[in-house]
Amino acid sequence: MATIETPLAYKPADYKSDINAIWCPGCGDYHVLMSFTRAFAELGLAPEQIVVVSGIGCSSRIPAYTNCYGFHGVHGRSLALAAGLKVTRPELTVVVASGDGDGYSIGGNHFLHACRRNIDMTYVVMDNRVYGMTKGQPSPTTEPDFDTALSPGGTGLSPFHPLVIALASGANFVARAFSGAPNETASILVEAMRHPGFSFVEILSPCVTFRPDEREWKSLVHPAPVAATGDPAKAARRIMTDDGFNIGILYRGERRPYQPRMEDRNSDLAELEKDFEL
Amino acid sequence: MPDRDNVSIAIVGSGGAGALTTGSFILEAACAAGWYGLLTRTVGPQIRGGEAAALVRLASHPIECMPDRYDLLIGIDWLNANRFGAEIEVGPDSLVISDPRGGELPAIVTRAGARIVEVPIKEMAKTIPGGRPNMIALGMAAALLGLGEETLSALLAKRLADKGQTAIDASCAGVNAGLAAAAAREFGKPLSPPKTRAAKRWLVSGNEATGLGALRGGIRFAAAYPITPASEILEWLAPSFSKVGGVLLQAEDELAAINMIIGASFGGTPSLTATSGPGLSLMIEALGLATAAEIPVVVVDVMRAGPSTGIPTKSEQADLNIAVYGFHGDAPHLVLAPQSVADCLFTTQWAVHLAEALQAPAIVLSDQFIGQTVAAIERPADIAFIGQRTKAAENSGTYKRYAVTGSGISPMAIPGLRGGQYTADGLTHNERGTPTSNEDDHRVQLDKRCAKLDQFAYGDHWATVEGNGDFAVIAWGSLTGAAREAIARVHDRIGVRLVAPRLLLPIQPERFAAALEGVKHILVVEQSHGAQFHRYLRAHYDMAGDVRVLNRPGPLPIRPSEIEQAIMEWRS
Amino acid sequence: MSKTPSERPIASITDLLALAHQIEADAVQRYIELADQMETHNNRELVDVFRDLARAEGIHAKEIRKMAGDVDLPALAQRLGRWKKGDSPEQADLSAAHYLMTPWHALQLALTGEQQALAFFTSILDTTKDAKIKEMAAEFVEEEAEHVNLVHRLLRKYPKPPDSWSDDDDAPTPQG
Repeated sequence: MATIETPLAYKPADYKSDINAIWCPGCGDYHVLMSFTRAFAELGLAPEQIVVVSGIGCSSRIPAYTNCYGFHGVHGRSLALAAGLKVTRPELTVVVASGDGDGYSIGGNHFLHACRRNIDMTYVVMDNRVYGMTKGQPSPTTEPDFDTALSPGGTGLSPFHPLVIALASGANFVARAFSGAPNETASILVEAMRHPGFSFVEILSPCVTFRPDEREWKSLVHPAPVAATGDPAKAARRIMTDDGFNIGILYRGERRPYQPRMEDRNSDLAELEKDFEL
Repeated sequence: MPDRDNVSIAIVGSGGAGALTTGSFILEAACAAGWYGLLTRTVGPQIRGGEAAALVRLASHPIECMPDRYDLLIGIDWLNANRFGAEIEVGPDSLVISDPRGGELPAIVTRAGARIVEVPIKEMAKTIPGGRPNMIALGMAAALLGLGEETLSALLAKRLADKGQTAIDASCAGVNAGLAAAAAREFGKPLSPPKTRAAKRWLVSGNEATGLGALRGGIRFAAAYPITPASEILEWLAPSFSKVGGVLLQAEDELAAINMIIGASFGGTPSLTATSGPGLSLMIEALGLATAAEIPVVVVDVMRAGPSTGIPTKSEQADLNIAVYGFHGDAPHLVLAPQSVADCLFTTQWAVHLAEALQAPAIVLSDQFIGQTVAAIERPADIAFIGQRTKAAENSGTYKRYAVTGSGISPMAIPGLRGGQYTADGLTHNERGTPTSNEDDHRVQLDKRCAKLDQFAYGDHWATVEGNGDFAVIAWGSLTGAAREAIARVHDRIGVRLVAPRLLLPIQPERFAAALEGVKHILVVEQSHGAQFHRYLRAHYDMAGDVRVLNRPGPLPIRPSEIEQAIMEWRS
Repeated sequence: MSKTPSERPIASITDLLALAHQIEADAVQRYIELADQMETHNNRELVDVFRDLARAEGIHAKEIRKMAGDVDLPALAQRLGRWKKGDSPEQADLSAAHYLMTPWHALQLALTGEQQALAFFTSILDTTKDAKIKEMAAEFVEEEAEHVNLVHRLLRKYPKPPDSWSDDDDAPTPQG
């Protein structure tokens, strides 16, 4: 780890690939990418030791924009890909990137079980409260009165509470960040990645094309009024009573991460085969 | 009449009668004494207390299918036994033991004209402290097989060790009572076990053999979502991994299971999951991802009767279509099918080897019959098919994950390799792996993925090809054994060739043509209402001459006598 | 977000140079990033505008490096710590970009950046007790004030675009 005395082994630029993003200029995800690279640099990780796993959606494009290993999988299943990868390669650093559609809708079930399993990884959801890549449909975090083509007049449905669900399902670290504060987001990501077990960071990341109203988020976000708690019920209550714009680390848990042993025990099958002998 | 080359026994009972245990013990005792054999079972839908029948067939040589008729049928009781229908057939030469208090004789018995002997099994059991009716049944079956008290008590001591000495003694007493009852009622001359030549033999189920084949091939990660009739593969692998190294992760659903193994494989670990038809349907999307991103995985589908939930405990061969054609887009991949319990080991191991070598997904189409049947087999030879992926080495240039090569196989960078960073993607990509919609890139990659499979040297394992003649039977999977037995029965009257593909995808047109050289009559045999195999053959292969199809859905397996009849009818 | 200086106080001229250099270097990065975005999104005019801005900032960065001589300014800046809350003062706010943005918009971004840098150096000038640092801070204040004026002059060339500047007849294209 870098200290005041020792310089960082890598610069943020070392984690960026040469591929230009397709994100609309003004998209919050550009800042998120910046936060990723700053966090990786802060942690001093070799790019080849990091794997960024994603699903489908604008946010999920991020792996190819980094210089790390990446997996751009199918819609909603990034957490499953990451689980298989991490338990078999525990020495790698696994960061999972998703959006509110990919992560909370089709990916909802895997979200619950990933929190429950508590495998050591960091799950970043870039929440813009809309389906950006498919042209602006409501997502599980969209406000009930938000008018769209697919749901004229709004869905009328309560939005999801992803942070509370994460707590109820056993996530070991829960934080909320804002893309417009990339340094602060980077700090939160560093903490999340350092924290053992399943760390969940929701990054409010405005969609400039389908949610221009989200421009006002930068005046709505504010630091969480209290430090993170280690009590999930307390954390849940705080989140359920906040305005949705508390930024910071909200919960740090003590659960032991799930990491089964993977070592190759000499691979001698003879003992197993004996069980079949007549 | 039963003889040591072919004797079969069925035990029927319900409500905790323990019929399946009896069958299992018969098989084990007989095979220890020298027989080869098969044990399957047929059950009602209840989780406990349902009607159950254990079906055992024994012979002096390895066998791969169930008989046309059962020589001995013991009914501990007949409750709901009509549900078994024609699966347990008896004939005029068969012996039926029936408990007079066991309920009405089922139609299969009453119409068969078999000899019926009444034995008050349940009452006899009550006279023995701790006695159980299924042990009496065991004794009676042992009498027919000429298995003595010593053999049986040794078996019971081993199998009931954790239940304590009292239970062992009670069971032995039950067995002895059964032996005595058989002697008293003149069941017929007891057989004697054959002398076996093979030094090492195993008693193993197809599902267990599948698990072992996976380990032999190098699988060290499995993701598991339980489903009948595949769960035993995963339940066997879980403790086995802790002995040889590796991890099994239970998934929340099949969508997670398939993605977990893709993620693990991306990380460099050969990975596998097992499921049945409904689970395979869920996995199809991700199998397309594995194809596009060129990531090896193996999915075993232990086929049940379908469609949809179907009959989970019964076999059929109707997932061929989804395995071969189910991926959206043009997505060449591997499909293999084991032909017997023993072949589950080889075929699964081979599937791992191929998937790893070709960086592609492989579907292994097993079925409920093979998967859940326990068979005595010769110890499978050690074969040097271990999964070996072509991996990228460290280099300083720009790494191209999907570079076009002569073989179509491009070296795969494993995370951790410096300079090998790439993003695996389901999006159409160029050689570097960057998403593209360019027509050349798309075609180049489609060609690559097709060519790598087509160009590979699969060798003779692609199919079983046996026999001579201008008549051929084409079958696959669990029907290979029944076809082989039918062909053996008619060999004195007509020479028939057997062609049973083990590699269903990619197709092998040249080899198939060579196998059918000179054949004028083809009988396709399959367990599918829609004749999926026949249509597959028509789609991909030239079949000269006349073609007839013997097809039927589950749940009753197609028997050797039916195939024999079809051959002889055609010939005349 | 407020632009506060780094946590560790500025103890020397080289510290100040390091921070000043970082401000310029970050601005260069940001303008290059924006130029790339404009290129991918086919806004040719803005590619040139942002590359020009990147070049200009690059020159400033080079000048500062010359002043520092052998000192490894980037390493020193790392050790001084990052801007914990908010952003480096002169970095353009990426969320203000738009695929149809005009040079006027780009210059507004640049203006904000320069004004924030000016405010930063002004606050050091006002708060530092060290004479040498004060002197250098004053120089930077002058420098930044000149940049602010330059941007204002450039803005005279580009009128504020009409409200229809972001109109696009084509609807967004669904991609996934």
